Amino acid sequence: MSLRAAARVVLEKELRVELRTRELTQTILFFVLVVAGMFSFAFEPTAAESRRILPGLIWLAFFFAGTLMLQLTFVREQANDTLAALRLAPIDPFAIVLGKILANFAFLAVTEVIFVPVFSLFYNVGVGAVLGRLLLVLFLGTFGLAVVGTVFAAMTAQARMRELMLPLLLLPVLAPVLIAGVEATAALLQPDPSLPREWLALLGGSDVIFLTATWLLSGFLIEE
Amino acid sequence: MAFTADPALGVVFERVVKRYEGVLALSRLSLAIAPGEFVALLGPNGSGKTTLLRAAALLLRPTAGLVYHTGGEGLSPEELRRRIGLVAHQPLVYDELTARENLGFFARLYRLPDAAGAVDAALASAGLAARANDLAGTFSRGMRQRLAIARALLAGPRLVLFDEPATGLDRLGRDWLDVTLDALRRAGATLIVSTHDDSVASLASRSVWLEAGRVVQDTAPGFQGRAASEVGR
Repeated sequence: MSLRAAARVVLEKELRVELRTRELTQTILFFVLVVAGMFSFAFEPTAAESRRILPGLIWLAFFFAGTLMLQLTFVREQANDTLAALRLAPIDPFAIVLGKILANFAFLAVTEVIFVPVFSLFYNVGVGAVLGRLLLVLFLGTFGLAVVGTVFAAMTAQARMRELMLPLLLLPVLAPVLIAGVEATAALLQPDPSLPREWLALLGGSDVIFLTATWLLSGFLIEE
Repeated sequence: MAFTADPALGVVFERVVKRYEGVLALSRLSLAIAPGEFVALLGPNGSGKTTLLRAAALLLRPTAGLVYHTGGEGLSPEELRRRIGLVAHQPLVYDELTARENLGFFARLYRLPDAAGAVDAALASAGLAARANDLAGTFSRGMRQRLAIARALLAGPRLVLFDEPATGLDRLGRDWLDVTLDALRRAGATLIVSTHDDSVASLASRSVWLEAGRVVQDTAPGFQGRAASEVGR
């Protein structure tokens, strides 16, 4: 079976399970809503202040929401040892990881599409004129988060302190993505918006590097 | 139950050692199982039966020694895995999916030509047709075990590894299991069954006793009491 077809089968299974349980999406939607609401009411920022704090706040909210969600990616395969069934299947191990990466990306991307207008409303910063470019930046960064997060979730699934370990492992590796994401978002939210190519290149380049490394290491990632 | 014309797979363990965080699960274990054999794997809890089965299923890498399959020379790792079925301690199915969705998912991963037909046949064979659209998480232990067995046999494996397959099955379920094992044996598949159940063990043509990760006794028709040292150590 081709890598693409196998990854699609795994992705569809992930989406079906999530549509039925809504465990992951409810977790991240609630978390992002709490962050957006709490900071808005706590600071009551002016438009100028919002432009300063909003990029960091958006990325922090999506990063921590992502880590909460990603922890469960492989943990729920442990309940009935279904990861063993996946590993027994005649498919490339990368297809298993790729299917999960794409599912995680989809859950986070949907959250971002829902919450970018919410952030805009709560913080009184218009994003309509830059919405397409803002979503491009968010999706590129989120894809990096989904790739690295899924990899580390696989590595820490059996660790006792995985809730603590995952963000600690993710932060240093994702630092370039988070910095590029925050900087690109900040540039887009200025009164005279722009999208610096260097930050976009860093986001895209990181995604390619992370995905290539995952492809090379996928056989070891899901070993017992 | 699907049967394929592919040749059966045997499995050879050569001085296999497996350690889990300092605990020795297999201790220089050597064992050769020929294609088409039906072997009962016996021994007390913690003797290494599950580890041996998982090593045969290519799910774990030995700390030392060699595990390889015979009858599948030249096959890619994917093709080799395609011919191996495992019924494990856990059911290896998703509680959040229905029985039909579970089998359909694996049928697609195994590229079965008539996935829907294979799923229907497997559900009927396992006696789960009436509950096909119920979530696996709502099943009783015995029904989950039937689903687990149906999943393992879906693609017509030629080496089937059973880890305590009678667990949770009622009398009818055990009868179905006996019939299933017999059908697999007659179809020429290699069967390795870890069990504490005498009725399941009595179906096997050879029994291998494990203790502390070693083969301590190995019997076969005509070779009663064969010493482990003669099996391939």
